[in-house]
Amino acid sequence: MSTFVSDFKERAAEKTGDLRLRQFIRTALRGYEVSRDKRKGAFQSWESARQAAAETKWEAINHLDTHLESLVAKLEARGTKVHWASNAQQAREIILKIVTDKKARSIIKSKAMTSEEIHLNHALEEKGFTVIESDLGEFIVQLRHEAPYHIVFPSMHLTRDEIRDLFQKELGDAPSNSPEDLTMVARRVMRQKYIQADIGFTGGNFAIAETGMISITENEGNARLTAALPKTMITLMGIEKVLPRFSDLALFLPMLATAGAGQPMTCYNTMYSGPRQAGEADGPEEWHVVLLDNRRTELLADAEQRDSLSCIRCGACLNVCPIFRNVGGHTYGTTYSGPVGSVITPHLRGLQDWKHLSNASSLCGACTEACPVKIDLHHHLLQNRRNASASQPSFFERLAYKLFGIVANEPRFWWLAKKIGWLTQPLQHAIKSSALDPAKAWTKTRDLPPQPRESFKDWWRNRK
Amino acid sequence: MSERENILGRIREALKVSAPLPGTHGEPVATHTVAESPTSHAREWLPLVGPSVEAQFDLFARNCADLKAGFQLLANRDELKATLAKIATAEKWSRIASHDGELSHFASQSLGLPVLLTDKGYDVQALEKCDAAITECDALIAQTGGVVVTSRSTGGRALTILPPHHVVVARREQLVADLPAAFALLQKKYAPDYPSMISFITGPSRTGDIERILVLGAHGPKKLTILCF
Ligand code: SF4
Repeated sequence: MSTFVSDFKERAAEKTGDLRLRQFIRTALRGYEVSRDKRKGAFQSWESARQAAAETKWEAINHLDTHLESLVAKLEARGTKVHWASNAQQAREIILKIVTDKKARSIIKSKAMTSEEIHLNHALEEKGFTVIESDLGEFIVQLRHEAPYHIVFPSMHLTRDEIRDLFQKELGDAPSNSPEDLTMVARRVMRQKYIQADIGFTGGNFAIAETGMISITENEGNARLTAALPKTMITLMGIEKVLPRFSDLALFLPMLATAGAGQPMTCYNTMYSGPRQAGEADGPEEWHVVLLDNRRTELLADAEQRDSLSCIRCGACLNVCPIFRNVGGHTYGTTYSGPVGSVITPHLRGLQDWKHLSNASSLCGACTEACPVKIDLHHHLLQNRRNASASQPSFFERLAYKLFGIVANEPRFWWLAKKIGWLTQPLQHAIKSSALDPAKAWTKTRDLPPQPRESFKDWWRNRK
Repeated sequence: MSERENILGRIREALKVSAPLPGTHGEPVATHTVAESPTSHAREWLPLVGPSVEAQFDLFARNCADLKAGFQLLANRDELKATLAKIATAEKWSRIASHDGELSHFASQSLGLPVLLTDKGYDVQALEKCDAAITECDALIAQTGGVVVTSRSTGGRALTILPPHHVVVARREQLVADLPAAFALLQKKYAPDYPSMISFITGPSRTGDIERILVLGAHGPKKLTILCF
């Protein structure tokens, strides 16, 4: 078993045993579901909106080259510097070079999963730069030296008491455990950091090919400040973020807010089309946009699963996933967790190492149903299973199915197997989940249903 | 070859195989041409907005209440002036920030307080110390209870986000029904030379990062007040 699998199993066993945490997460996500359903209900037709969103992203992804060229030409025309990075290493080097050239000391960041993907903070800190996460949830997990628990709600696993203790220890300032007080501590700490920071770093939610804009969605106003005060701004974004038209945002912004957080609109949706322009009061003098591939083109090459590049990172599939709810975000050990993470991680980091994620699913399909851009998530999990066993078949599995095939195809063998099963099942109770039990891994947490006395065939034959 | 060429090359290579259409679970389709933009009917799917101006103001007011943003529909400039004065006294404003503009000028000057104008550049520390920002806007959106500001029309990027109270002064005609109308308005007003920042503000700054409990004023303004006449 690879260490990725055993780590996953170990963490999953630990987290599913933590009943307090599970209850806590369940309560939070139930609150989300109520508000999401209310907001979905306000749409005249959520289903038509989903289909249109899926088609729009389909168009964007299936003409990615032309859209990217248009985006970049428009951005460059207004003085933005665009960089292309094939992998994480190149992206880190590009960003480190900008920061070094600017003789920067401190960098203020607003939330960007792409920066987690390339482990940017670590690379910057190693070179002696100070990096401050300004999104409250990210700030909290940064203080804990931890990865975000959830792509939208990074600190959802922590209680107010834990956060108070953390602030007391790290900042020496925590008047009480009230979320209001704690938020104000972070606000105070951050204000001066904004004014002092040399570089503002952001991610991007949508990139508009038609007008050359990058749209950033946030609730706190930290990305707005990040893009307003520092002299240099850097935006790191995956190449798949494009949308063809400016007006597409009229649909995508409320859909992202509804699916992601049960809000009608996120508080700030801001479109940037350049650094400070002539006649404008403020804004960065320089804006660098780094476009990241990092194996997204490999996902693109898999036509069957290409639609997973449509993901707008709303987090809806995580919120409804029974596996995510119970094993939690950190168990995955990936940048993107939950159903979408299980689908794309094998493409981004290697199928054989990460195929176990496709099995960590009940295939209930809740993710596919929740996805605002209709990504066929649970079918992709099945396809990953198929691909993994096709490229590296397991000897025992093949043997088992071969034997099963022989037995099931021959009525006499089948009859014999039934009889043996009927006779030996009582013995199974005696050895259940002990070392003697060949199906221990399975029976440890499950009961085998008793085999009925009469098979369907017998019943059919004997019926009156 | 540059990285740009490498990446675009890989994209073109990958796209030689076509992908199934969304929501079909189907076989790959050879060609798909989008006759019109799939989002062009967005208005028919987004939350309903009534046709009359009164209904739209009603909806705007209800949305503002949900968002915990202040909203007052006033009769004329005198009422605007009186309302502003009341807020300024209640919150003990001692200095405010604003920008060039006929309406913002009227509103900010009416208080007799020192006013920091951001248009021609400003000191960030001084802006940070202001008690409120008074700005105009490009549009009010009935469907969401939001306002649209830009770096060109409302005094730059920081004015509408740094001070703790953001007061928007607007005229009734600035109300648009829904998001598609707001995007159409921006396109008509600015394309192709857009301001470097366009922001849709929907309620005061907020966070739910601690136990998903709503707290206003995470980084941006704790209060957003929209005064319309
Ligand atoms: S896969 Fe769909 S539901 Fe999941 S995060 Fe992406 S867009 Fe949201």
